Amino acid sequence: MTQPNPVTLPTPIVEPAGRTPPQGPPPPAETAQPSEIRRFLRDRSSGRAADGTFGGLMLISALSIFVIVALILWVLIHDSQLSIHAFGWKFFRTSNWDPVNGSFGALPFIYGTVVSSFLALLMAVPLSLAVAIFVLDICPPALRAPISFLTELLAAIPSVVYGLWALVVLVPIMRDQVGPLLEKWFGWTGLFAEPNFGVGMLTASVVLAIMIFPIISSISRDVMKAVPIHQREAALALGATRWEMLRIGVLRNARIGIVGAVILGLGRALGETIAVTMVIGNHPDIVKNLFNPAYTLASVIANEFTEATGDLYVSALIEIGLALFLVTIVVNAIARLLVWAVTRGNSARTA
Amino acid sequence: MRVKLLAATAIAFLATGAWAQNLNGAGASFPNPIYSRWFSEYAQQHPGAHINYQSIGSGAGIQQVTQKTVDFGASDGPMSDAQLEAAAKNGVKIIHIPTVLGAVVPVYNVPGVTQDLRFAPEVIAGIYLGKITYWDDGNLQHDNPGVKLPHNRILPVYRSEGSGTNYIFTDFLSKVVPDFQKEIGKGTSVKWPGGIGQKGNEGIAGMVRSTPNAFGYVELIYALQNHMPFGLVRNASGKYLKASVEGVTAAAAGAAKNMPADYRVSITNAPGADAYPISSFTWLLIPQQWPDQAKGKVMVDFLHWMLDHGEEETTGLNYAPLPKAVADKVRATINEIH
Repeated sequence: MTQPNPVTLPTPIVEPAGRTPPQGPPPPAETAQPSEIRRFLRDRSSGRAADGTFGGLMLISALSIFVIVALILWVLIHDSQLSIHAFGWKFFRTSNWDPVNGSFGALPFIYGTVVSSFLALLMAVPLSLAVAIFVLDICPPALRAPISFLTELLAAIPSVVYGLWALVVLVPIMRDQVGPLLEKWFGWTGLFAEPNFGVGMLTASVVLAIMIFPIISSISRDVMKAVPIHQREAALALGATRWEMLRIGVLRNARIGIVGAVILGLGRALGETIAVTMVIGNHPDIVKNLFNPAYTLASVIANEFTEATGDLYVSALIEIGLALFLVTIVVNAIARLLVWAVTRGNSARTA
Repeated sequence: MRVKLLAATAIAFLATGAWAQNLNGAGASFPNPIYSRWFSEYAQQHPGAHINYQSIGSGAGIQQVTQKTVDFGASDGPMSDAQLEAAAKNGVKIIHIPTVLGAVVPVYNVPGVTQDLRFAPEVIAGIYLGKITYWDDGNLQHDNPGVKLPHNRILPVYRSEGSGTNYIFTDFLSKVVPDFQKEIGKGTSVKWPGGIGQKGNEGIAGMVRSTPNAFGYVELIYALQNHMPFGLVRNASGKYLKASVEGVTAAAAGAAKNMPADYRVSITNAPGADAYPISSFTWLLIPQQWPDQAKGKVMVDFLHWMLDHGEEETTGLNYAPLPKAVADKVRATINEIH
């Protein structure tokens, strides 16, 4: 402090970088007297009654979410009673799905849903974050608008179009180009083994990854954008490299929002139906080979519900819906737990 | 003044309401193109009679007519005894009315083979059971002398969604091949031991077209309208037959002699040298008693119209019409509806 400073201003308390909340502008300075506008509004408004009504309406809107979820759960449980009584917990642990003999087990479908979504995340998350960081920080301004626009365009494409594209374009590529390469390089893992017909778990995951990429990318970009600029400037001022600045200044502050974006993407992947149905091969199997056809919970409902005859069969399909509901809850809970575990200690180097 | 006007409007509305009859039906998607055409033509010729049809699937059609949420249903497979009983318990006695016929044909993509391949039922069953795995299998070669079949693995493709096509196909194989009956059985959805499931005729057709060595099955109508080559199947008299509208009607005619009174008959593997073996009726599910007499009248009138005029239009859409013997029998049955 070499510069003379005659007027001593109260020094603002600067919190360490990690503790500063990522969002929120500073609160506006209090004015001593209510402003002209404020007085005008107060004179015109109907005051407490209007505020009360507004508050009530908001409360009802918020509570409606509980009602909707409860109704869905109730219908799923109520309509699958027959199947629940017939199979009990065995329904979630057995693999036999045989409508002709009235024997139903959901395990291969649960497996297909979880694994395909997880693989999709594995591919989509690094890609999405890379794109988000690029657009935010590295991208030349001329390129920024087109990339953002195209990303959002991808999110608007209906899933049946993704399915058709995958069937016509992606499947032959996976069969003739990508498949043989994967087999040559990674065949030893047992994950990529012949026969590869182009449709199967891997292709479905790739389609899912492409479908969830725009959601994760655009939300995490917005979250990163919301990180105050001085966080970045501070990091740079301390001599951080660009990567260090991004890691310390941006990614760590935005991590909760980024996890939120990933959870949203995961939600779409878990529930995606038609595009997956078109390329996953629809065969209930639990095998290590990712070229093998598989089946998801959503796909089996879409495939079999319309022509399901017999009460037990319909009931079992509704219980599949219940299983999908539960899988979504469990996966979301695990994700939230993960966020909590990561942010709780707030220790360094976790972003 | 205003009250009078309102009353007049109400009366006019009620009058047209009583005069215009709206019937709602729902069910099988396979006959949807011909049903839509019939219902719209019938409405044109009979102003005031509207028949709406929703192709929501056979299973849903059966369910809705049982629960009386629609006036009539439609199905590609006949209702089971248990289903009929459940409907009767609900106060609906259902009559099956056969309308048109459809067939299922084998499609394949074998590199280097340009001839139409011939398939015995045992071979088709073997492919789906995983017992015949290569195109140059002895049984296939035996059926196709002179065709050079490659030593490539067969990829069986099946219909993943529940469908009448699955029902007809598995019904045929179950009837002819005991192993298939034992291990897979018949149904709109079955447990396939291997292969890949694709949605809809278009899904199977797309998969077979684009994947070398694939084998699948589609509806005859789909294959004809899309100019897809398909194979021959051995029928009950040991003749290899390429599916055609005539072959399907011949199968129905062969079955007509032993037609049960309620028309719930499977005509797969029907007798007759010219009968195509993977054929089936599709049915309208009509309640025998109509509490609303006016609606019942429209239904009966439509069914007569269908037999007199509608059946002539079927071949234009590649459906097989009812053989005359069956149509005459149906005419008598319609009179039981009241």
